[in-house]
Amino acid sequence: MSRSEDTLLLANVSRRGLLKGLAGASALVLAARWDMADAVEKAQFGAGAMPGGWVDNPNVFFHIAPDGMVTIVNNRSEMGQGIRTSLVMVGADELGADWDRVKVQQADANQEKYGNQNTDGSRSMRHWYDPMRRAGAAARLMLEQAAANQWGVPLHEVKTQVHKVVHEPSGRTLGFGELAKAARELEVPGRHDLVLKADTDLRFIGKESGLINGKLKSAYPKAIDGEDMVTGKAVYGADVEFEDTLYAVIARPPVYGAKVKSVDDSAALKVTGVQKVMRIEGAGQPAGFSPLGGVAVVASNTWAAMEGRKALKIEWDNGPAGDNASYTTEAYRKSLEKAAQSPGKVIRENGGDVEAALKAADQRVSATYYMPHMAQAPMEPPVATVRIKDGQAEVWAPVQNPRATREGVAGRLGMDKKQVTVHVTLLGGGFGRKSKPDFVTEAAVIASAFKGRPVRLQWSREDDIHHAYFHTVSVDHLDAGLDADGKATSWRHRTLSPSIASLFAQDPKHIQEFEQGMGFNTMPFDIPAIRLENPPAPAYVRIGWFRSVYNLPHAWAIQSFAHEMAEAAGKDHRDYVLDLLGPGREIQNLTVGDGWNYGENPDMYPIDVARMRRVIERATEEAGWGQKTGKGRGLGLAFHHSFVSYTAIVFDVEVDDKGELTIHRADIAFDCGPQANPERIRSQLEGACVMGIGVALKSEVTFKDGVAQQDNFHNYLIPRMPDAPKVIRVHLIDNPTDAMGGVGEPGLPPVAPALCNAIYAATGKRIRSLPVGNQLKG
Amino acid sequence: MATLTINGEQHELDVPDNMPLLWVIRDVLGMKGTKFGCGVSQCGACTVHLDGKAIRSCVTPVSAATGEIKTIEAMAEDPVGSKVQQAWLDLGVAQCGYCQGGQIMNATALLKKTPKPETGDIVNAMAGNLCRCGTYNRILAAIERASDKEVSS
Repeated sequence: MSRSEDTLLLANVSRRGLLKGLAGASALVLAARWDMADAVEKAQFGAGAMPGGWVDNPNVFFHIAPDGMVTIVNNRSEMGQGIRTSLVMVGADELGADWDRVKVQQADANQEKYGNQNTDGSRSMRHWYDPMRRAGAAARLMLEQAAANQWGVPLHEVKTQVHKVVHEPSGRTLGFGELAKAARELEVPGRHDLVLKADTDLRFIGKESGLINGKLKSAYPKAIDGEDMVTGKAVYGADVEFEDTLYAVIARPPVYGAKVKSVDDSAALKVTGVQKVMRIEGAGQPAGFSPLGGVAVVASNTWAAMEGRKALKIEWDNGPAGDNASYTTEAYRKSLEKAAQSPGKVIRENGGDVEAALKAADQRVSATYYMPHMAQAPMEPPVATVRIKDGQAEVWAPVQNPRATREGVAGRLGMDKKQVTVHVTLLGGGFGRKSKPDFVTEAAVIASAFKGRPVRLQWSREDDIHHAYFHTVSVDHLDAGLDADGKATSWRHRTLSPSIASLFAQDPKHIQEFEQGMGFNTMPFDIPAIRLENPPAPAYVRIGWFRSVYNLPHAWAIQSFAHEMAEAAGKDHRDYVLDLLGPGREIQNLTVGDGWNYGENPDMYPIDVARMRRVIERATEEAGWGQKTGKGRGLGLAFHHSFVSYTAIVFDVEVDDKGELTIHRADIAFDCGPQANPERIRSQLEGACVMGIGVALKSEVTFKDGVAQQDNFHNYLIPRMPDAPKVIRVHLIDNPTDAMGGVGEPGLPPVAPALCNAIYAATGKRIRSLPVGNQLKG
Repeated sequence: MATLTINGEQHELDVPDNMPLLWVIRDVLGMKGTKFGCGVSQCGACTVHLDGKAIRSCVTPVSAATGEIKTIEAMAEDPVGSKVQQAWLDLGVAQCGYCQGGQIMNATALLKKTPKPETGDIVNAMAGNLCRCGTYNRILAAIERASDKEVSS
């Protein structure tokens, strides 16, 4: 199976952002560059640098049955981003499959076989688009070769049409099903023998479909799980069904690190249906992904287990929790605000002397911003079913990180990971919570006491909010000096927030490279003197990833402050930030101290100011920026670069005399480079907008003496339908030339600052502390 | 002993009177379309119909469920329910999908009572159903579509 080298190389490189600017080079040069870049990428960056790397073997991902049904394996977790549709669509398009004859098989945890499965960091499409296209192209080439062999004709005379291979000179055709067996027996072609389809031959990839800003274009291709989801047939974590399931809940220590001192289970054991009460040993601090410990109640149904738990009398020992037992939000916030007044660890310093420039400034702008802890609170609370039988553990769970799940269970039970099978169900939302498989290990510990029977551990909503891996809590203090024209001459930003690293090792009390790289040191403004500092902030609870992670506080502070600077300068906000950004240029991440860059090659994914400017210009144009607004009404802008994509948002809001906020419209401009499935990109941006409104207006977890003070959705508030903008419009930037960026997370960070900037434009009231809550009312 | 009529089928069940209908449906009858989200009537994921009215099964004791119960599994056979489901599919409403069964049950009950709701009626009626993925704008558009109102931006 060999193609002309020139054809395939040109076909394969034409869409690579990597080779931007090399269009005039010969195929040979391109080939050399391709190989080199590939090798470097494998070692250091992108999909190749992830544990398990990538796999593009068609026999791993594609199976074609004799009846023609194509099964495509999806190795990433589905949590609402639509990856089971979008990634499978990429493979099906390249293969040439009829979408109605494609089904999906969800991969079990097995990174050796399927490559990296950790569904996190907005990576699924940007890391798997290329391997899936190559796998599809290889499978198609094998079908074509099988047809050519059967007909005894040269390979170049056959081609694939939808779900069949045709020999045009003779008019003969063979369906995929008829060719499947023979194709499977062929050797897998080498990568350099593959020719990816030209864009003009694609049927799904990059095509707009579905609902576009309120107008229905077309509903095709249909979502893989769509029908199951609307008919109640979709299987989530708690929906796997067995005859003999036992149901469990756990009472966990209210304070992080505390232990059970004593337990009286006599009343619990009298509750109808309760079968067993057992202690679960906690792992201590730092907890990582290990269980917090506590007391499990096992019963014949979930409700009986919950009733039994209510009847437990537990005395907790806060001794092992140390200082965590005195963690109180109000005092902690004050301590961070105080620490923000003193210099901290210098993270980045560019240009001149910031202190001197601040002193010499004609005008100084200063502000401090606060963002609280939040719980991810996916609608499906953590849940897992585990059965241990004949030395094997079998798990059914909604997890973002199948490998960590498998290793966590194996480690705790003292098994080899080969003895642990993890079936990944649909996730009823993830948002980072289900990256941490603590709840699966808990279920495994209980199941090990009931050999042979499946045990389902259910977290209640209270469990979920009390024992989240909380979004960090943050104080950001910024100072800027402006000259007589209002132009910025200096920028000093101190950020304080406990680090996720505290979950795995001794608390470093400083944010780490991957946290700094989320919008702090990657701040793109072109200001003569910049200094970024990070005073210490200790952790007293489990801190974990929450959709967009540290981009949330950094974007919130920087984007609010840039607006305050524009106001101080008496300039239009958009004009001012475009000036702050400076001319379109590529900032190499290492020059601003960012050695992380979301794991991507900074040469392919620099901080691209031109792209940042373009989304700002697009969002403001679409929103009618500059037009007069009525009393109590205003437009607010914010933008942010994260997960190697670019987002800008303009909100149009109104605040009435009583302080009631109405969000009339959101205009979101988004540039993620090439778009695999625009329909799901739009839905992710819409969803991020609504979730971000919750971050801005409603969501907060506070602590008193180490105990979370919110319990359920009556006091841990998340957006409801009346909170959503009346209209959300997503404006996708057509950019096929740059390298593909993330989609799931980059929509969220600019939402809160854009909304608060709009509130300021409408009312003159500056919000510096989230959530907004009742701040507009009097 | 409780007698329940769910989706036209009668069940004689040996469960405590105060056991919430949600857990009877899920753990005893093994019907998994009705979801647990909060347990305190705050999120709507557990919504079912009792004599055509949307109720939260997580706070409804099984003893109070004396009437015709319908769950999401029966909506494909329901003329209004199936129309709502189709609108959901047409507009690609679902993201993770976990809350959508409850949303559809609530929306269907609304349209049975008010076939041509105003936008404000829909927003009010749906305010009790949470969606963490943030699909509210599409939910609203889908309900309007199911009520034969033109989808507007």
